[in-house]
Amino acid sequence: MTNTKIILAATATLAALLALGPFLPGWATFLGAVALAKGITALGLVVMLRSGLLSFGQGLFYCVGGYGAGLLMLWGDVTNAVVLVIAGGLSGLVAGLLIGPLLAGYRKIFFATLTLALSMLVHGALTKADILGGSDGLNLRPPTFFGLEQTTGLSPVFAIYALACVIAVASACLLRIHFRSVRGLLSLGVKDNEIRVEYLGTSVRRAIFENYVVAAFLAGMGGALNALVLGHIDPELAFWTTSGEFVFVAILAGQVSVVAIFVASILLELVRSFSSQHFPNAWQMTLGIFMLTVILFMPNGIGALLQRRRGSKIAQGEAP
Amino acid sequence: MSAILDVRNLRKSFGAITAADDISVTINAGERVGLIGTNGAGKTTFVNMVTGYLRADGGSIVLRGADISGKSPREIARAGVCRSFQIPQLFLSLTTEENLIIALGISSGEALRPFAGTGSPVLVASLDDLLTRYRLQEFRYRVVSELPGGVRKLLDIAVSVTRGPSLLLLDEPTSGVAAEQKFDLMDIVVNALPKDVTVLFVEHDMDIVSRYSTRVLAFYDGRIISDGPSDVVLQDSRVKSFITGAPN
Amino acid sequence: MQLVTTILLDGLIDASWIFIVAVGLTLIFGVLNVLNLAHGNFYAIGAYVAATVAGWYYASGDNPPAFGLVLMLGSSMLVAGILGPLLERGLLRFLYERDEVILVLVTYALFLILEDATKLIWGVNPYYAYDPYSLFGDLKVYGLTYVGYDLMLIVFAIFAGIILWLGLNRTKSGKLVLAVIHDRDMSSALGINVTRIFVIAFTIGVFLAAIGGAITAPKISVQPGLAVTVVLLSFAVVVIGGLGSIEGAAIAALVVGLSRSLAIHLWPSAELFIVYLVMALMLAIKPQGMFGAVQLRKI
Repeated sequence: MTNTKIILAATATLAALLALGPFLPGWATFLGAVALAKGITALGLVVMLRSGLLSFGQGLFYCVGGYGAGLLMLWGDVTNAVVLVIAGGLSGLVAGLLIGPLLAGYRKIFFATLTLALSMLVHGALTKADILGGSDGLNLRPPTFFGLEQTTGLSPVFAIYALACVIAVASACLLRIHFRSVRGLLSLGVKDNEIRVEYLGTSVRRAIFENYVVAAFLAGMGGALNALVLGHIDPELAFWTTSGEFVFVAILAGQVSVVAIFVASILLELVRSFSSQHFPNAWQMTLGIFMLTVILFMPNGIGALLQRRRGSKIAQGEAP
Repeated sequence: MSAILDVRNLRKSFGAITAADDISVTINAGERVGLIGTNGAGKTTFVNMVTGYLRADGGSIVLRGADISGKSPREIARAGVCRSFQIPQLFLSLTTEENLIIALGISSGEALRPFAGTGSPVLVASLDDLLTRYRLQEFRYRVVSELPGGVRKLLDIAVSVTRGPSLLLLDEPTSGVAAEQKFDLMDIVVNALPKDVTVLFVEHDMDIVSRYSTRVLAFYDGRIISDGPSDVVLQDSRVKSFITGAPN
Repeated sequence: MQLVTTILLDGLIDASWIFIVAVGLTLIFGVLNVLNLAHGNFYAIGAYVAATVAGWYYASGDNPPAFGLVLMLGSSMLVAGILGPLLERGLLRFLYERDEVILVLVTYALFLILEDATKLIWGVNPYYAYDPYSLFGDLKVYGLTYVGYDLMLIVFAIFAGIILWLGLNRTKSGKLVLAVIHDRDMSSALGINVTRIFVIAFTIGVFLAAIGGAITAPKISVQPGLAVTVVLLSFAVVVIGGLGSIEGAAIAALVVGLSRSLAIHLWPSAELFIVYLVMALMLAIKPQGMFGAVQLRKI
């Protein structure tokens, strides 16, 4: 698909999602918004994965983004949803700029454990930070959308859903274009052979750092969106299990397409929602079994993602 | 003839082993120099120090007047020194074309812009040119991990020249290549290279050395024991007894 | 002086049970290259089994109290002895050729499954198994009263550490395990039955976690949430001590135990935080940990 086609497909998808919105029951728009928020975060994770690094701590930026937006609303009296989400993204970005340089020197299991440790540090700090709500977190007010929610009588859930759609589709579109660009190929090159990249005259560290900051920005926006949907922020956002779910979405999606990431996220939310409703004492188990099944029986997504085999279709510009 | 590489008193030891013992040599622009010597004689150490893979213990390496000793491979590549590897260093899960695009993108700076596509006319033209000159067209869309060894060698060399280096180091370009294909490979490479590129190549095959080099540096025990036109060096009695094994 | 003693002793007691559990985790990583995120669940299962057995044993008449402790330990060892090989042979072995991070995800899935499984089997209410806690009387140290059981834990941990060390360094099977930790491919090429070593190592690891749970059961309330706390602590110990290093686990357990003790007595809000701070610092300064057996690929 050429870049023009990608943009056209994205526009069409966005239109479809927005048109569909009003006909969906409340729970579906809610779930959709959450799934999209997490999908955006997982998208950032895939950016990192393409350069060969798995972060088990994207929750850190997800949390920072959520708190960034939340605190701006509660302390700064800003309620405009778009501003809040951008603020969340920027909070994540700043955090990424701060810790990226340290992390860019690590690989494989050490990278994963360091990202996990840093994320848990934030969790620990927030749990004890009573001024930020401690382990209970903070409740947020409903966001506003340039006053449109009053003039058009939009349901608040639909409004956030719509915002989530716009951001998700825009990020997906831009990144899809990026993945098939020369810089996008460079990430794959870094994953395959860092030595060759260095001997060609460019910095591997810098490439990884850039990817990391992008991932942090995306996770920050995801966290902010999530905060607005739930109307709540708490330290659990930075807990390692939250990060584990983003990883799982990326794995489930595989490296076939960017759209798959959001499909995977929606699927995960549906499984979670369904199982916590019908087996409230066994929903974690259901999730776990689901994960195991995917890992055992659908290795293609996983294989191409992490085992450095066949070149991806994204790289060849074939998948949507 | 202007000097392109000036190496003075280069020293390197690995514990008790002296890999480079006070090496001094000047390479002039446009020369095709063969580096010969038995395993452990110091030729690869020399190449590794010039390309930044190893840091010398002492001495200096000057490229066109600029001191590159101790610089990183990345900085040295940007200064105009590129290399190919004995075991081709390529992006195995990507196609031939993609490998070249990344290399071209890095040298032109395209690779630093987040959305610059792979279809820019300049890039496509350079890509086609390289594919043609290195006889890689038929392998264009094939993933590197599936390519035969000889093709990977050609690709490795093609990738290393994308920057338009002034000095190119080839580390055993024909090693692992079937005997009957060695000349073909070297013919392709020699014809493909721009005429003004200075080339140093490490080789064990003396036929290749005599045919493709104008000058030979013979290494032994960390020192250059002979330096001169290829036919002269290859006939040197010490070179014959220590390296080539040819009868006197 | 009292405060120092308290901090030291409390830290040492903490370090003891943390060591037993964490050394199992580091062993599993060293041999199988698997970062077992479900490790805490085996601790929890050990604790629950022990607590259940204690419940039956101490409720049914006048039985010798010491034997109860033996039964508690024995039963959790039995359960571990079944679970270990079952999981390794039944699940993990199909995934060894995959990337090490996939295996982490698998253990994460296992964690989720076992969390709910323990809740389904034992419910959400806490279990208590106080009875053996008074077995060893009390001891006065610098005017402070310490429960003998807690001090016994220290002895138990040292004992366990010595047995493990002897087992690894002085027995044939143990040396094979060390060989596999050091270089799996070479061991395999030399004819060592790596598959058998994997089962053994994983089982011992699970074993140690379960014993840790069983022996700690008398001093805690056994309830949901144990697994998470324990896995996070053992994880920190393993990272600080070095992935795959037994000595590292011992020293790191001391570091973690003492840090927590310091935090609890001097800066209570930092209790959660301090362990992760030490871990992050270690990763930033010396990523292989103190005695890292795994080589870091760092550019």
